[in-house]
Amino acid sequence: MIYDVVVIGGGPAGLAAAIKAHEEGGKVLILEQAEYLGGILQQCIHPGFGIHYLGEDLTGPEFASLFIEKVRSLNIPYILSAHVMKIEIMLPLAKKIQLIAPKGTKDIETKAIVYTAGAREKHGFEIGITGDRVSGIYTAGEAQSLMDLYGVMPGKRVLIVGSGDVGLIMARRLSLEGARVVGVVELMPYPGGLARNLVILRDFNIPLYLSHRVLEVHGRGRVERVKMARVNSKGKTIPGTERWIECDTLLISAGLVPDVRVLESLGIRIDPSTGGPVVNEFLETTAPGVFVAGNSLVINDLVDYAVEQGERAGMQAVRYAKNGGLPSMNWIPVEKGGNVRCVIPHYINGENEVILYLRARKPVKDATLVTGKKMHKIPVVTPAEMLRVKIKKEDITRPFKVEVSP
Amino acid sequence: MKYALTCIVCPLGCVIEVEIKNGEIISVANYKCPRGKEWAIEEILSPVRPFMSVVRVIGGIFPVVSVKSTGPVPKENMKDLTKLLSNVVLQAPVPAGTVVLHNPMGLKVDIVTTRDA
Amino acid sequence: MSIRVTIVGGGIVGASIARVLSRYENLKVHIIEKMSDVGWGVSKANTALIHGGYDDDPQKYPLRASLCVKGNRLWQKWVKDLEIPHVWSGALIIALQNEDIKHLSTLLERGIRNGVPEMRLVEKEELQALQPGIASEATGALYVPTVGQIASPRATVAIIENAVKNGVKIHLETEVQGIKVSDGEVKGIQTPRGFMESDVVINAAGLYADEISRMVGLDYFTLRPRKGEYLIYRHGIPGPTRVLFPTPTPKSKGIIVTTEVGGHLMIGPNAQDMERDEKDNLATTEEGLKEVLQGARKLWPGIPDRGVIRTFAGLRPEPPNGDFIIRAEEVWGFINVAGIRSPGLTSAPAIGYFVRDILRRDLGLKLVPKRRWYPRRRDITRIAAIPDAQRDRKIRARSEYGQVICRCNHITKGEILDAVERMKYINVKTPSIDSVKFRTGATSGECQGSFCMVRIAMLLAQEYGVPLWNVTLKGPGSELGIGDINSLRREKK
Ligand SMILES: Cc1cc2nc3c(=O)[nH]c(=O)nc-3n(C[C@H](O)[C@H](O)[C@H](O)COP(=O)(O)OP(=O)(O)OC[C@H]3O[C@@H](n4cnc5c(N)ncnc54)[C@H](O)[C@@H]3O)c2cc1C
Ligand SMILES: Cc1cc2nc3c(=O)[nH]c(=O)nc-3n(C[C@H](O)[C@H](O)[C@H](O)COP(=O)(O)OP(=O)(O)OC[C@H]3O[C@@H](n4cnc5c(N)ncnc54)[C@H](O)[C@@H]3O)c2cc1C
Ligand code: SF4
Repeated sequence: MIYDVVVIGGGPAGLAAAIKAHEEGGKVLILEQAEYLGGILQQCIHPGFGIHYLGEDLTGPEFASLFIEKVRSLNIPYILSAHVMKIEIMLPLAKKIQLIAPKGTKDIETKAIVYTAGAREKHGFEIGITGDRVSGIYTAGEAQSLMDLYGVMPGKRVLIVGSGDVGLIMARRLSLEGARVVGVVELMPYPGGLARNLVILRDFNIPLYLSHRVLEVHGRGRVERVKMARVNSKGKTIPGTERWIECDTLLISAGLVPDVRVLESLGIRIDPSTGGPVVNEFLETTAPGVFVAGNSLVINDLVDYAVEQGERAGMQAVRYAKNGGLPSMNWIPVEKGGNVRCVIPHYINGENEVILYLRARKPVKDATLVTGKKMHKIPVVTPAEMLRVKIKKEDITRPFKVEVSP
Repeated sequence: MKYALTCIVCPLGCVIEVEIKNGEIISVANYKCPRGKEWAIEEILSPVRPFMSVVRVIGGIFPVVSVKSTGPVPKENMKDLTKLLSNVVLQAPVPAGTVVLHNPMGLKVDIVTTRDA
Repeated sequence: MSIRVTIVGGGIVGASIARVLSRYENLKVHIIEKMSDVGWGVSKANTALIHGGYDDDPQKYPLRASLCVKGNRLWQKWVKDLEIPHVWSGALIIALQNEDIKHLSTLLERGIRNGVPEMRLVEKEELQALQPGIASEATGALYVPTVGQIASPRATVAIIENAVKNGVKIHLETEVQGIKVSDGEVKGIQTPRGFMESDVVINAAGLYADEISRMVGLDYFTLRPRKGEYLIYRHGIPGPTRVLFPTPTPKSKGIIVTTEVGGHLMIGPNAQDMERDEKDNLATTEEGLKEVLQGARKLWPGIPDRGVIRTFAGLRPEPPNGDFIIRAEEVWGFINVAGIRSPGLTSAPAIGYFVRDILRRDLGLKLVPKRRWYPRRRDITRIAAIPDAQRDRKIRARSEYGQVICRCNHITKGEILDAVERMKYINVKTPSIDSVKFRTGATSGECQGSFCMVRIAMLLAQEYGVPLWNVTLKGPGSELGIGDINSLRREKK
């Protein structure tokens, strides 16, 4: 059996890609590492999913189940507990995926791949936290799966590193279940989460320490206290501002990194500013016929965008498979101008309407987003919120630069 | 008493000032639209929140199943809701959408499961 | 009549002694270890090098000098018999300045005297060819092909499993609190689990060997902890193909740069003297890690600022005069094996034989070899590392071998269940993530467990029949949770 499209990762982006590719007439297979479909959504039990895509506010598992049911009703095949060991590109239209799965090792052949394996969390070692290695130090996702998949209370007094949405959402879950969140520590001078989630701090009386850094953990078997300090505008510790906070749990919510290790072995180009692959507007990587979407492409705060990217990648992957490749193009690079930390896609062609996803470096009020020659007024831009803009075909210029200015 | 609330209705994030005396609102300022004003008043007088938790389940896919309230609940009732739920243990199979608590504490919402167990 | 031998300490040294002594019919060997698994003391956190033996001055440190070279040779057999993961990459001791070259000649001469084979000096050109990517300042090096690396916590586990197979009894979570001596002879040891009679007590208690020695009234030495810190980098950041040392100083062998057995670039250690009461201070420090990075970049300039996936620290048990203290003491039956600092890991197998000879020579014991002794131990099969056809057979026989739990290192559920079986085989009572980690490598990859730790904990909970929150990170006191999700709400009622 030779597939048109194999989707690696059965989270929302992957399920959306598979459904779209199937609807476009492709022969599709989904590979999922975990024992269940739905990806990270199964442990995100809070509402806030699908507001744009469905016009409805669902919890993570509910949103996921819509896609899972669709996959089942369309009879799209999937393999669970399927671990991709290696991908080999034999020919432009023959890619070999080497798998370990409960039914045995397997080589799967496909014409195109949509890679939607999500992201991994940054852990304490990566963000330079030193001190004792004790229990009670969890990434937000670990704590989330302990609590909301496995029903375990991780601790009583919790300090959270990172004021992004993930950290704030965990602050709420912990507080609701009776833990005391003793603080949220944020390196930047402004909070990282959406306003609707910052309300959580007020609701549960949680102090927010902006321009602070967690330095060190002390404990014997378990976290006993944590040292933090104020940082200057360059993120460096200001001597003399260190202090210890008593707690039994340290939750690290310091951001996600696209998990593209399987792809790296193909030698695809990675964009250091997103941590994900460099892509054109078809969401095709620098390896022909290998597409990427969702958190493996860029960290999305909204599932709606992950799904949108999945659909696009799924559709283009079928087109690749059916036509023996996508048309050659004289690509226009999307240049990053002032206050743009990252932008997706990296190349556009000017022949279609495109959707740009971008993130600013610094918060701006009454901002102007400049795309090529077009100006878009945006009341508030924050790094916490990914911007999504549709660019009409006629507004695409060569060269094409994107900029966020006050 | 004066409150400064960052409005969450739209991304503008106006910092709305609300003044109350003896539990009555006497002024609302700094909002840019009526939706914001309405929100600020409700946020002061009767703040409500979406509610989510997990409930233990025997013999399920995971040891717990996720639940939510079918509508927002008053902020001050959330703690008692988790206390109520701490005594609930379900028996698998429990399909998503099963009512776990019907109209708890007269809040006019149900607590329902959000994934299969 | 059989002789009861008690070994205090289940580190690499205690384990090696036990394995050697397990060959004899008339010895009943017991290992007493206070932690919940073996190999969690000094033997857990070190550079894991099997040294060549050129560094130890035979005049000043006669025991180190002779045991290191012997140990290196023995390890080359032990890693095969016991299936301990290893790489024999050889080492380069790098000269960065002209006076370093002179020092390297001294090391070469010392190595020749200690009986280290195959060493030679290499000049700049050959050095650059032997190790592309090395600092351009490097003017030459001493090449020591016999230097190897092993997975050190796994080595202790492997040796203990083999020793247990050969009849050694192991008592975990059992702290030696006193040693009974009467008429100048050892009678037994006192533990919270009761008194255990013993004819011979071997003190291999690592950092705490001075305290154990004091239990029989011998206080002629104290051990000082000396901290060493390390950084490990993610896959994809290139490390050297050989172990790189700077030219050593009298205090330490310096900050080395290597690609460890798992394939990650690893740098360290520094050397920080600690107070005597800081034997459990394994905290990493910002300054220490900075020092390591600076030191390592002198040899390997390409180390980036980002890409660290792990930092850790170890404590060396520094004896007063620098040499190992291994001898039968005046209290009959009491043998000190103390101050086993670097190259203690390398020397461990040789220490085993050395102690056996002490039993024969100094205690006058007649040792009767067993008719049947099992030299081999099989490692847990690494599913990802075996040929496809073999892997397929394993999975078809047991589907858990086809279910990858640790994504970074491709470790399957079956391997984790194998690890649990091995834990139970040596009587590990408290389930811990570290016990699985040091048997399989799970949780030690790029994500440091954020993908797989909870799932491993779930398996441990099932296999040990305990609630998930009682599973620990590294033994009692490091439980992963405080109770079920409702526990705080219920309590407050
Ligand atoms: C705590 C948290 C809260 C969030 N809250 C919201 C919210 O309120 N509203 C909202 O809209 N969005 C929210 N998001 C964002 C949203 O969940 C993500 O954007 C979305 O889940 C990304 O989907 P994905 O499919 O790219 O990745 P994932 O959901 O992570 O799915 C990736 C899948 O790939 C599988 N996989 C990984 N590697 C492999 C491999 N090698 N082979 C096979 N399979 C593999 C994984 O097991 C997983 O199932 C939240 C995210 C987090 C972390
Ligand atoms: C930073 C560093 C780097 C090193 N690098 C190398 C190297 O590259 N090569 C090399 O050859 N050597 C190296 N070494 C040295 C080597 O690690 C040690 O020599 C060796 O591990 C010592 O083993 P051990 O069994 O004596 O001690 P340990 O492993 O500490 O074992 C002693 C055991 O005794 C137990 N114990 C203590 N007190 C009691 C009690 N009262 N009751 C019961 N049990 C007790 C402890 O819990 C412990 O498990 C290094 C050491 C350090 C710290
Ligand atoms: S008051 Fe109106 S404009 Fe201002 S943030 Fe609220 S909803 Fe937006």
